[in-house]
Amino acid sequence: MIDYETLRIIWWLLLGVLLAGFAIMDGFDLGIVTLVRVLARDDDERRALLETIEPTWEGNQVWLVLGAGAIFAAWPLLYAAAFSGFYFAMLLVLFALILRPGGFSFRNKVADPRWRNAWDWIITVSGVVPTLIFGVAIGNLFLGVPFRFDDALRMTYEGGLIELLRPFPLLVGGVSLAMLLLHGCAWAALKSEAPIAPRAERLMNWLSPVFIALYAAAGACLAFAVDGYSISTAVNGAASSNPLSKQVVTGGRWLADGALGGWACALATAAIVLAAFVPWLARHQHHRTAFMASATMVFATLFSAGFALFPFLMPSSLDPRSSLTVWDASSSQHTLGLMLIAVIIFMPLILGYTAWVYRVLRGRISLQHIRDSHSLY
Amino acid sequence: MIDHTVVDLSRLQFALTAMYHFLFVPLTLGLVFMLTIMESVYVMTGREIWKRMTQFWGILFGINFAMGVATGVTLEFQFGTNWAYYSHYVGDVFGTPLAIEGLMAFFLEATFVGLFFFGWDKLSRIKHLIVTWLLAFGTSMSALWILAANAWMQNPVGAEFNIETMRMEVTSFSAVFFNPVAQSKFVHTVSAGYVLGAMFVLSISAWFLLKGRNVEFAKRSMTVAASFGLAAALSVVVLGDESGYTITEHQKMKLAAIEAMWETEPAPASFTLFGFPDIAERTTHYAVHIPWVMGLIGTRSLDGVLPGIRQLVEEMKGKIENGQIAYAAMQKLRENREDATARAVFEAHKRDLGYALLLTRLNVDPLAATPSDVARAAESTIPNVPVLFWSFRIMVACGLYFIALFAFSFWLASKRQLDKHRWYLRMALWSLPLPWVAAELGWIVAEHGRQPWAIEGILPTALGVSSVSAAQVWTSLIGFVIFYTALAVVDAYLMVRYVRKGPDGLGMWPEPKS
Repeated sequence: MIDYETLRIIWWLLLGVLLAGFAIMDGFDLGIVTLVRVLARDDDERRALLETIEPTWEGNQVWLVLGAGAIFAAWPLLYAAAFSGFYFAMLLVLFALILRPGGFSFRNKVADPRWRNAWDWIITVSGVVPTLIFGVAIGNLFLGVPFRFDDALRMTYEGGLIELLRPFPLLVGGVSLAMLLLHGCAWAALKSEAPIAPRAERLMNWLSPVFIALYAAAGACLAFAVDGYSISTAVNGAASSNPLSKQVVTGGRWLADGALGGWACALATAAIVLAAFVPWLARHQHHRTAFMASATMVFATLFSAGFALFPFLMPSSLDPRSSLTVWDASSSQHTLGLMLIAVIIFMPLILGYTAWVYRVLRGRISLQHIRDSHSLY
Repeated sequence: MIDHTVVDLSRLQFALTAMYHFLFVPLTLGLVFMLTIMESVYVMTGREIWKRMTQFWGILFGINFAMGVATGVTLEFQFGTNWAYYSHYVGDVFGTPLAIEGLMAFFLEATFVGLFFFGWDKLSRIKHLIVTWLLAFGTSMSALWILAANAWMQNPVGAEFNIETMRMEVTSFSAVFFNPVAQSKFVHTVSAGYVLGAMFVLSISAWFLLKGRNVEFAKRSMTVAASFGLAAALSVVVLGDESGYTITEHQKMKLAAIEAMWETEPAPASFTLFGFPDIAERTTHYAVHIPWVMGLIGTRSLDGVLPGIRQLVEEMKGKIENGQIAYAAMQKLRENREDATARAVFEAHKRDLGYALLLTRLNVDPLAATPSDVARAAESTIPNVPVLFWSFRIMVACGLYFIALFAFSFWLASKRQLDKHRWYLRMALWSLPLPWVAAELGWIVAEHGRQPWAIEGILPTALGVSSVSAAQVWTSLIGFVIFYTALAVVDAYLMVRYVRKGPDGLGMWPEPKS
């Protein structure tokens, strides 16, 4: 049996892996649907662009379902606090995620241009909303969220949707949007043909510097402006999960004083370098490499945020003592251990059959193919 | 203070979204097996019509599958958004089957569903068939884990309360996974889905035959539906009986409410076929009893006694008093962790801690409760008897009707007379909504019958809610109603449109001459 402290670290990393998995796999879907009206101009083009993601979006979205399930099972306090605290934000994400399948499954089933045009707008919204909100939520974590626990660990939250929209979180929302649009373009360049792919390549030339600028600005805010949190009492990594058994102080700097601030900076540098290379790679027709680089960029960006926050998961601005950290918000050792075994058994299988499915579906979707096919989907 | 407006609205929202989700899930569960059977016949015989059948029913499957996936995310999110204290209190136990469902089942079905639609030209026949089977396997495995989680709410085994973390924690995962309630629930629920899928194919095919369209296509589809449906309908009833037997052991109050058994009868108890249960009078008017039957079903013996509601309420008082002792010891322990006497008392009584929370639900401090408060809390454990009584009876009547209909269809199919009797075709067509009615009523019996508990004997539903305002829940509830209604309209429109077009209108069969 692995000791409790190590298990918590492993599950903290796995949380990152699952959320990064979502950001990478569902991220290009979100980028594509957001840009469907920009990258593709007529109905054939839009059908072709959407067909690059239609066979796989359901599998990709499971990364989110599994990510949420893993938070529920491994970090139940985080699940309770984040989902009920961000009530309306979560609801908006949910509605957007419910609309999106309608766009895939229903759009092509009626030929009327008004029907299809309406769905194209709907799926654009269904891409923008979750992308922005996930970024805004991560931004809010750095500022602290207004919640507290009573001694029965019942949480109360004092704030609403509007309070989430402060400048720094909005900036992080912008980072998230620019990142996933860039990632979506990398996918379009890999899977489409002219005229869609060249459009995506050109758009990347703009998105890449925008992402780098916003991301660097967010990093600068963290380094110089945003107040950090730190645990002021001795940490026992194997103690029972009860957030109220520690003290937390604010006022430091996330990157300078955080335990893994250096790692976060290194990952951020990597993400920026990769972002700079992605359009160049695509322009030189290394589309597969460009997409891989973009996926790695998403991974590095997500982990840079997680590492900068460490050991915090969700700091509380209302009552810093209630902050959720890696050491006091997890499930029991027994549960973390069993779930780790499940991950070790099933994750390789999942990666294996997912890779096989993508291999079967390899190749670009041409406009000719769209005109010839009677879609059964 | 418990805000009961928030509790009621949150319950209503969960009930509506869960029942809405369950319009799509059983069709996914059942229809996918119809697809695997049709495609298997295609691969074995090489006859093109079976491929076209798989593809046509596949289109309808696709419309439905997307809705099932989309509305399922709502339920997962809602545990966090609206039932935050529940999530904290039992996440250590309840979250695990949900996470494993994602790892083992949902990934499988969601990854392969795309290849089912887009892989016809990219895969060999055998490989495509394997994809379809994996998709089917994934959907049923998904149901297995979700029902393991649900079964734990009905019969919370393998876990105990930890005072350090103020929540339930796992003591034995094998007890959670091999929960007897989970097994009978799983087979009963997926079989109900199989019945629904078979009825869907049977009814729509009957409509084609009534119109004289797609005759060879429809007769083959009906034959598959009749045989698969008959097996599934038998399995639903047999395993429904198994469910009845397991709740006898674990949820006596639910059983007593379903049967409107106000008093304990001498064994073997009679079964109330019909009647009007009256909660205020604690009696059932115009009851028609069949001697012995309930005792035989519930205990599978002639001498097993089934406790009535009145007796169960009396027993409940004892548990609540026990729970109060545990609650008092818990308060002492929270003031002084080293208090050894309090710890011993707590450990001895903590099994009944949840019953003290029934008082909290009534906004009574368990430390200051009077005997009349305890009596009131005990009374509050009686579920809504008339609703359960009638839901159960209509569900069972539907189940028996399905056996008869599918048996008759099977007989007609074997005599090659499926298209001979128009009255039969009309009956098959108009039976289409019944499996949905039965499935939703089954859900009401299982979940409404669990009230007032979220986790039987552990956590009252009212305590599980988030600290959100009634205005927030009103907003989300209205949002869901508008949004889900619009989606249902679009979904139904597309379903009807594609059924009307049919294989002939879509140019799928007979194949267009090229």
